Amino acid sequence: MASAAIPAKPTNYLTNGFTIKSWLLTTDHKRIAILYLISITLFFFLGGFFAMLIRLELLTPQGDLLPADTYNKVFTMHGMIMVFFFLVPVVPAVLGNFLVPLMIGAKDLAFPRINLLSWYLYIAGGLLFLHCMLNGGVDTGWTFYTPFSTLTNTNFIEAGLAIFLAGFSSIFTGLNFIVTIHRMRAPGLTWSRLPLFIWAHYATSLVMILGTPVIAITIVLVAVERLFHLGIFDPKLGGDPLLFQHLFWFYSHPAVYIMILPSMGIMSELITAFSHKRIFGYKFVALSSIAIAVFGFLVWAHHMFVTGMSLYAAMVFSFLSFLVGVPSAIKVFNWTATLYRGSITYATPMLYAFGFIGLFTIGGLTGLFLATLGIDVHVTDTYFVVAHFHYIMVGGQVMGFLGGMHFWWPKISGRLYPEGWAKLSALFVFVGFNLTFFPQFILGYMGMPRRYWQYPPEFQVLNVLSTAGASILAVGYLLPMIYFAWSLRYGPIAEANPWNAAGLEWKAASPPPTFNFDETPVVTWEAYNYDEIEPKELEAPVER
Amino acid sequence: LSDSHATAVDTAESHPQLRHHFADMEQQKNTASLGMWLFLVTEIMFFGGLFCAYLIYRLMYFPAFGAASQTLDIKLGAFNTAVLLISSVTVVLAVRAAQDGNRKQLVAYLVLTVLLGLTFLGVKAIEYKEKFETHHVPGPTFHFDKPFDDNGKEIPVDPQHAQLFFSLYFAMTGMHALHMVIGCGLFTVLTVLAWKGHYSPGYYTPIENAGLYWHLVDIIWIYLFPLLYLISRHS
Repeated sequence: MASAAIPAKPTNYLTNGFTIKSWLLTTDHKRIAILYLISITLFFFLGGFFAMLIRLELLTPQGDLLPADTYNKVFTMHGMIMVFFFLVPVVPAVLGNFLVPLMIGAKDLAFPRINLLSWYLYIAGGLLFLHCMLNGGVDTGWTFYTPFSTLTNTNFIEAGLAIFLAGFSSIFTGLNFIVTIHRMRAPGLTWSRLPLFIWAHYATSLVMILGTPVIAITIVLVAVERLFHLGIFDPKLGGDPLLFQHLFWFYSHPAVYIMILPSMGIMSELITAFSHKRIFGYKFVALSSIAIAVFGFLVWAHHMFVTGMSLYAAMVFSFLSFLVGVPSAIKVFNWTATLYRGSITYATPMLYAFGFIGLFTIGGLTGLFLATLGIDVHVTDTYFVVAHFHYIMVGGQVMGFLGGMHFWWPKISGRLYPEGWAKLSALFVFVGFNLTFFPQFILGYMGMPRRYWQYPPEFQVLNVLSTAGASILAVGYLLPMIYFAWSLRYGPIAEANPWNAAGLEWKAASPPPTFNFDETPVVTWEAYNYDEIEPKELEAPVER
Repeated sequence: LSDSHATAVDTAESHPQLRHHFADMEQQKNTASLGMWLFLVTEIMFFGGLFCAYLIYRLMYFPAFGAASQTLDIKLGAFNTAVLLISSVTVVLAVRAAQDGNRKQLVAYLVLTVLLGLTFLGVKAIEYKEKFETHHVPGPTFHFDKPFDDNGKEIPVDPQHAQLFFSLYFAMTGMHALHMVIGCGLFTVLTVLAWKGHYSPGYYTPIENAGLYWHLVDIIWIYLFPLLYLISRHS
């Protein structure tokens, strides 16, 4: 040991260069994850702003806050931003980017420069979308059904191009993950030893690379139809608008699994770490991710039961939609079975995990209602559908993301977050979420249609509840922003493995050095070998 | 004179083209080639949407599609098919030359590939020009004369449906031509790099992967040609 006066602090990925250029031209997957984290958070709050406008308008039965046309634009902006610029990339591009190489003992993703390119594509798409938004926005709804999207006088082409670019960003992310998982695993890390987070991201990536190109070509077709008046979807010119819906949902239904599978991967990590126990039925949880990805491609037409499609086709799609329930239920049962006789710690990430299980179960079961032909006809295009998919996407993906952010924050930042505040915010999120969206199930069942800026007065009580819940939810989302930022400076320094968790990422320093591991690890153990790890007290971290 | 980079042994650690996050050249090569194959999968899905739209409308409006297809120049289409098939051969020979470390041959085959690609695009431009002149381009000026059957009787087809055929014709061949343009650009860059001696028997992955891309674009044309040009040509 050299006896220098000041022991040199080992550089980590955060201290390896401080210039703006060192961030904007980085190929380090961890830095790219941070770039994504910042940009995606901005879009989340922008989408949230539009959500608040919707909720405020619906506070009263009259259309008093926004004119009808503006309301159309507001819910379109909310949907497009949240789906294409937040929900799809949020977990893969932030946590996946950060963790996939760490979890498999690699120095980086397979294609670091393509990884950076995909961030730039995201930013290019995002800026284009902002430009479109500031110049009047779009009023097609996030589903941009034809023939309306080819006839509307708002600038759909620009918004479509923005989504196209964001789509290629996620194609490249998915491609990068699949190749990385195939080719970059550390010696000894066989497929049956992979963390379930990796399996979930593998399944997500499959959906990304198989589904996204289809929405890309669909957007191109709508754009050329608008530009050159081709008659591909316009019935006036011989086209078929149903074809658009088929192509659209061929991507957009699997895409809802992009918006839940990654969080399911997070769940498996959280549940095992905080019950200090091996996952129950590893193979089933792993393969159910793949099964969800595969089944997900076979059910798209359940969004189209009322379009007059063939009844026999509808029955097949209904049946297949029920099948998706099987692997989803396997996951929920296996997580709860993992809890059984585990030594459970109620840390914040675990609270989010519990929230996820409850909300996902409600979201999933109401999904079965909607897969049922008769009920679907009754509640199509009502708030029942809105509530259902928010339970999956917000109750699922966002709860999972927040749980994961708390869990891996010490790894990402090298600091611990304040546990008390974090628990409080988890409570706010859970209560606020349910108060916002549970009334919407009832509203929808009573017949309140989605996408209307006014409604009959008898629906007001439930709408007021929903708006109140949205306000609580907003506080719950703002709090982590504040205390995460606070902890960067004032949080206690985190050790390499503050949760005493299994997984290769906890064997790297916190924050990890640029190339993750000084020496490529050799894996000789199964994932979640918690029976080989001494449990330790995981109560509130001690200030030091 | 032999290529300076084509050393007899490419040791894993010392190879100048080995990137930091790979253990050895073999891992790097396998990784790149898997990445390329997956990219081709996304391309197939991308074109898949177009093919799906085409097949559905062809099924719905078969007479109009057949009549519209008759106006395409089958000779030019066949010529272009041959050009692309030959260009696939030159790509394979280029990869072979790279494996052998034969820089002159490599450059020659790459140049040949680019020229064949440009030939294809040139012929395509002639075909497009003809469509403009006969008002077969969808839009306000679109015009389609009702065709006659073997007995000289007019076949009742809706010009709207013929217009749909041409919409899809331009969308599909246009998207394919865009891929050809990208391919020509790609191969031009590779030619320059190959000229500078960038590739060796130990490192020719970019040539191989660009070749895969080129083959895929060829295969797409192999499907486009019969689908668009050869509808009811049985007389």
